[in-house]
Amino acid sequence: MKTTMLKKAALMGLSACIGLTGAISAQAQQAKEQYLPSLVYRTGPFAPSGIGFADGFADYVTLINQRDGGINGVKIRLEECETGYANDRGVECYERLKDRHGGATVVAPLSTGITYALIPRTRADGITMSTMGYGRADAAYGPVLDNVFMVPTTYWSSTTVVMDYIAEQEGGWENLKGKDIVHAYHDSAYGKEPLGVLRHYAEKYGFTLHEMPISPPGVEQRTVWTQVRRIKPDWISLFGWGVMNPTAIRTASSMGIDVSHMIGGIYAAQDDAVKPAGEDAKGYKAVTFHGPGADYPIYEELKEHVYDKDMAAGSGDAKGTIAYNRGLINAGYIVEAWRQAQEMSEKGRPSTREETLKAWQSLDIPEARTKELGMGGLMPPVHITCLDHEGPGMALIQQWNGEAWEQVTEFRKPNKDLVFPMYKASAEAYAKQEGITPKSCD
Amino acid sequence: MMFFLEVLIGGLLAGVMYALVALGFVLIFKASGIFNFAQAAMVLFAAMFMGGMHNDWGLSYWLAIPLTLVIMVGVAWVIERVVLRPMVNQEPIILFMSTIGIFFALIGFAEIFWGSRSRTLDVGIPSDPIFLGDMLLQSYDLITAAIVATLVVGLVLFSQKTRMGRVLRAVADDHQAAQSVGIKLSTVWVVVWSIAGLVAVVAGIVWGGALGVQPVMVDVAFKALPVLLLGGLTSIPGAIVAGLIIGAGEALAEVYLGPIIGGGIDSWFAYIIAMAFMVWRPEGLFGEKIIERI
Repeated sequence: MKTTMLKKAALMGLSACIGLTGAISAQAQQAKEQYLPSLVYRTGPFAPSGIGFADGFADYVTLINQRDGGINGVKIRLEECETGYANDRGVECYERLKDRHGGATVVAPLSTGITYALIPRTRADGITMSTMGYGRADAAYGPVLDNVFMVPTTYWSSTTVVMDYIAEQEGGWENLKGKDIVHAYHDSAYGKEPLGVLRHYAEKYGFTLHEMPISPPGVEQRTVWTQVRRIKPDWISLFGWGVMNPTAIRTASSMGIDVSHMIGGIYAAQDDAVKPAGEDAKGYKAVTFHGPGADYPIYEELKEHVYDKDMAAGSGDAKGTIAYNRGLINAGYIVEAWRQAQEMSEKGRPSTREETLKAWQSLDIPEARTKELGMGGLMPPVHITCLDHEGPGMALIQQWNGEAWEQVTEFRKPNKDLVFPMYKASAEAYAKQEGITPKSCD
Repeated sequence: MMFFLEVLIGGLLAGVMYALVALGFVLIFKASGIFNFAQAAMVLFAAMFMGGMHNDWGLSYWLAIPLTLVIMVGVAWVIERVVLRPMVNQEPIILFMSTIGIFFALIGFAEIFWGSRSRTLDVGIPSDPIFLGDMLLQSYDLITAAIVATLVVGLVLFSQKTRMGRVLRAVADDHQAAQSVGIKLSTVWVVVWSIAGLVAVVAGIVWGGALGVQPVMVDVAFKALPVLLLGGLTSIPGAIVAGLIIGAGEALAEVYLGPIIGGGIDSWFAYIIAMAFMVWRPEGLFGEKIIERI
């Protein structure tokens, strides 16, 4: 009996030791991990766009962990949460994940609606928001929303790049006088985003801007395009989302409208905008903020360290798509910000919320660094300041050849002289409405 | 005038496509008194199977379409066995709620099986523009209208000229009387849901060809609802006529009223048209007037 009791006590002691060692080891491991919640939409009506982005985002993180052993030895722990592109589920995901595994320091909401819902929450929590091209364009004015970053461009900046391209095609800005440009858009705050910029150009250069709202989701658009055909526009700007884009392209094409004079906005630039439209989409153009295709050194690295090791997030059919590339570069910006955060504080230690935010507020990724990352030409360079949360805001024009997107221009600088005062005015109005005191950047 | 005609004809042809989705709702309601919320999900389900078998498995559409029809019959059988049979004699609202469950189950199953990425569904219907003077018509719309007309004629012939058609009409008139003469309700339900599956396959081909196959296809249901409100839930000709009125009405409203009140009105204006008619005929243009003894 005594022996049994002793044995039990010894066993309990041993178990306790093992448990304690395990706990310490887990804690140490956790301490060496940087937590990254990933709000994704792999299901629901917009899943065709969401899957590619989520795969690219996750694959880049896997690459950093597998190839480099993390950022200076700090591995990234990625956890996905399915939002279905619904605002309520996005908020629920954020609230559920934000304090897990040492706490989130940055979040990419991947939806304009979720971004709007999360802005006050992330401000209160001190968490950085990376809203890549979507969300509030006026967040590019840093003093008001100091934790939100519009890297690498906004709807407004990219629209100035589109107008620059149109002017070039017409042989100069002066030749826009008397032309007709249609803006066909998702009848929502998103679709109306570029209207201010377009109206400014219409007034300044003397073309007629025809504003054509399309009611979401846009499964039936004959009436809109019948009217557009009658206008005989010189150029068309398309700001659709989801099924609205291929339906617009297909309907326009079937009415004899030249889709090579149709330029999609940054969220009418994905593969799901053109593939369902089949042959009708051939020649369609769109503006985007990254290079198209898979001809970049990063893909060789991904093949060696991720795909060939069966560690890819998806089935593999999203590689090289616009959505996948966006996932790659968004994760790239986040990882580089953490790298710079470690350089500013301590290498080899996960960054805190404050350190992460501070790094984003001076994020600097020159072109040479994008090349070192294997993403030269894919990822536009970025330089963030306290005042400017967008950076250079560069974008390029691509064209669908029926099989793939082809880059038709190099990255172009937007007209920041036009858009930055607009950001400032809009952001200051928002600050007044929300009772936010803009911070000083002096 | 030419522009007005172009808008009007375009609207009428769009209405035919709405009516095609509405037909599936009507068929099931007429035969079983169930408002099948899952009809749009059946359209997506069928389109995903056709698109998936063609694009992912490399099957020709000549094989993918009949296989999908067989699958839709299987779906009908499963729905009858698993959902409807245990709910016999339940209140209509309970059966309606169960079809909401079927709606999400069908979408979920199709997404698990095929994934959520978009696919093309191009069975070769040409989409070239046809010009009549300055007026433009789309060949896709005209061919679609011909397909729907053929489908409606086929359904009417089936209903009027076949034994099963007579059985369906008997059940539609009076369930209990039909049962008392030996008609098996469970068989009728499988047949009706299978026919609704056939309509879903045709709608899947037509809408999938226009939109591509993607989850948002279920939104075409919102185009069919005003058609049902207007045409009544029990009339096949009602669905067609209402589809034409809604299609033409929303197109004309978008063009002539839209610029005055802001544009982008077609999605809700269809419901205004339907409700305006309902004030006059609450049961819909062709719906049966329900008179109950108290």
